[in-house]
Amino acid sequence: MSETALDAGFFLRWMTAVAASVDREAPRLTELDSAIGDADHGSNLQRGFAAVVKTLEAEPPGTPGAVLTMAGRQLISTVGGASGPLYGTLLRRTGKALGDADSVTADELRAALRTGVDAVAQLGGSAPGDATMLDALDPAVEALATSFRAAAEAAGQGAEATVPLQARKGRASYLGERSVGHQDPGATSSALLFTALAETAEQEAAK
Amino acid sequence: MSGADSSYVGIVLVSHSGPVAESVARLAVGLAGGGAKAPVAAAGGTPDGGLGTSAELITEAARKVDGGAGVAVLVDLGSAVLTVKALLAEGDELPEGTRLVDAPFVEGAVAAVVTASTGAGLDAVAAAAGEAYSYRKE
Repeated sequence: MSETALDAGFFLRWMTAVAASVDREAPRLTELDSAIGDADHGSNLQRGFAAVVKTLEAEPPGTPGAVLTMAGRQLISTVGGASGPLYGTLLRRTGKALGDADSVTADELRAALRTGVDAVAQLGGSAPGDATMLDALDPAVEALATSFRAAAEAAGQGAEATVPLQARKGRASYLGERSVGHQDPGATSSALLFTALAETAEQEAAK
Repeated sequence: MSGADSSYVGIVLVSHSGPVAESVARLAVGLAGGGAKAPVAAAGGTPDGGLGTSAELITEAARKVDGGAGVAVLVDLGSAVLTVKALLAEGDELPEGTRLVDAPFVEGAVAAVVTASTGAGLDAVAAAAGEAYSYRKE
């Protein structure tokens, strides 16, 4: 992994890229959610990340940790569904783990994301294999040791791998075996987060 | 920020639905009869009246019933549980002494309001609400 310093600007661009990606993919996320959930995942995340970008633009924080902490707080307060506290916890804990450094390395980001992903597992009481966000987040953080692109690919594969799984958490779990055959919406949006991270890093490298 | 009598534990009822939270609050206060002295606040649905969970409504409700004796928060499911847990983990969003109570929503709310209205502390209120899980219906 490169030792390029990732500063607050990088994290602002990442969050903006996530918001754009969620905007683009919202209909698909909602469609996946209408099969096994309550059909609000796309619109909930769209509202949440729009609020994140608005807040970050109004008062851009000076450190990577502060960008993610502020983004996480916004998600918890604006989303209105389970993805709010889950993504909010992911970003907030990751941000707190980054501390108040002006810039961080990719390795430091990976270690902080591990803390964030563990906090999501604890909050939701779930583990990889339950057909949740963790099925994309967990392999992505592991693959981040290789590269940002590898993490994005691992997240995408993790999301696709939820199709044959039976959902064990959330509303989809009430469907039991009928949840099998559907890709988990949360794992799908988690993959967007890492795809946006890879795109942001690649644009940075191309500069 | 307190609008409540400090001698009673406050009760917050969080549901995905505004009408469910309001109705359970009315039910619990009604069943406690004239003895319902503990402050009770409902935080159901989203601020625009839709289904979901609102961190803003939860925080507002907790501040309203907080009189310093603690606040017991009862929740229904899914995002209601996760949102309260995430707010508690924030550390500074909810009043000091706010606790998520592990209890069935309706039965727990009745037990919590009745117990809190006797002037019992937060531990006793949480225990009474949680005990509602042990009442089997068949």
